[in-house]
Amino acid sequence: MSEAHSEASVGNAATFDTHPGADAGVTPESPLQWSRVQGHVTEEGGAAEQIRVVERPFLGHLVLRGGAITLDEAVRAELGVSLPGKPLGLVLDAEGSRSVQWVSPDEWLVIVPAGEEFELENRLRARLGDAHFAIVNVGGGQTLLELSGEKARELLMKSVVYDVHEHGLPVGKAVGTVFAKTSVVLRRPTEARFELVVRRSFADYCVRWLRDAGREYGLRVESASP
Amino acid sequence: MFHIFCPYCQEYREEEEFHPSGQAHLVRPADPASVSDDEWGDYLFFRDNPRGIHHEMWVHRLGCRKFFNITRDTTSYEILETYRMGEQPSITAANAEVRREQGVQTADGGWQTVGAQPENSRLNEETPS
Ligand SMILES: [Zn+2]
Repeated sequence: MSEAHSEASVGNAATFDTHPGADAGVTPESPLQWSRVQGHVTEEGGAAEQIRVVERPFLGHLVLRGGAITLDEAVRAELGVSLPGKPLGLVLDAEGSRSVQWVSPDEWLVIVPAGEEFELENRLRARLGDAHFAIVNVGGGQTLLELSGEKARELLMKSVVYDVHEHGLPVGKAVGTVFAKTSVVLRRPTEARFELVVRRSFADYCVRWLRDAGREYGLRVESASP
Repeated sequence: MFHIFCPYCQEYREEEEFHPSGQAHLVRPADPASVSDDEWGDYLFFRDNPRGIHHEMWVHRLGCRKFFNITRDTTSYEILETYRMGEQPSITAANAEVRREQGVQTADGGWQTVGAQPENSRLNEETPS
């Protein structure tokens, strides 16, 4: 991958692509790499269990900060979804593969498919120009786990202090909360699944907690090899 | 275990998600170089310790990570209201009795009574105090 392609300068900010190209000779390792080495994470697929936990590694995570109106225009133009203006809102695009989440009154988390975040950040920066805003690529610091299965809610009831019943966490809601003494972002993107955004340094702890808490139901943690 | 209303998330959240951060409404001297050591010491180190109404800063540490203010009764631990940074309390030591007589405040433990009310007041009664 050429230097010119992986680095850019938009406005007064230098940006760079955090995904090494296939020819860069670097094997990317997700935050669950240690868990995988320990045998706690298996390849995707296999016999159906009552709970499935699937890591979606290497997604593009961007934190946007700034005024809602300014950012809303730019996000709508680039992603085709409007910024969730209501607290704790989570919106997905038509495909369901890109999401924008309310984090605090001036902060949103954007998650896009792997490799899209570099171009997206540059396009957003170009569009926002001199507006008062910040964009930070936090993809290296966290990873996303999808929880599905009939017992997924019961597993969460043992793990988080938040009310995960339908009236507490309906589809389209996302909260930061306490998960087994650490912090996670808990999201409800669709009826069928929950999502956990876990910090890199706590990823192995979270996986081992999930495996332990899910043992009575049958639970497997899966992640596709890079 | 009790719930605190976050004025930014706009809902009740578990106490575990929050952290107290001391007395609210402290004003940093505009020109630190011109104040006396006593004044600077007061600003930096000395805090009120009232019996009764106290305004404190808290942070929704594991949620939205915003700082906000709480008016709390230090004798009953009751949280009377929560409000955003930059806003002023509606309940103060001067008007607390009046507010109580107006029925703004209830005696139910744990629930704040200004801002959003719990949908069901029986929730309060069922909470062991
Ligand atoms: Zn909050």
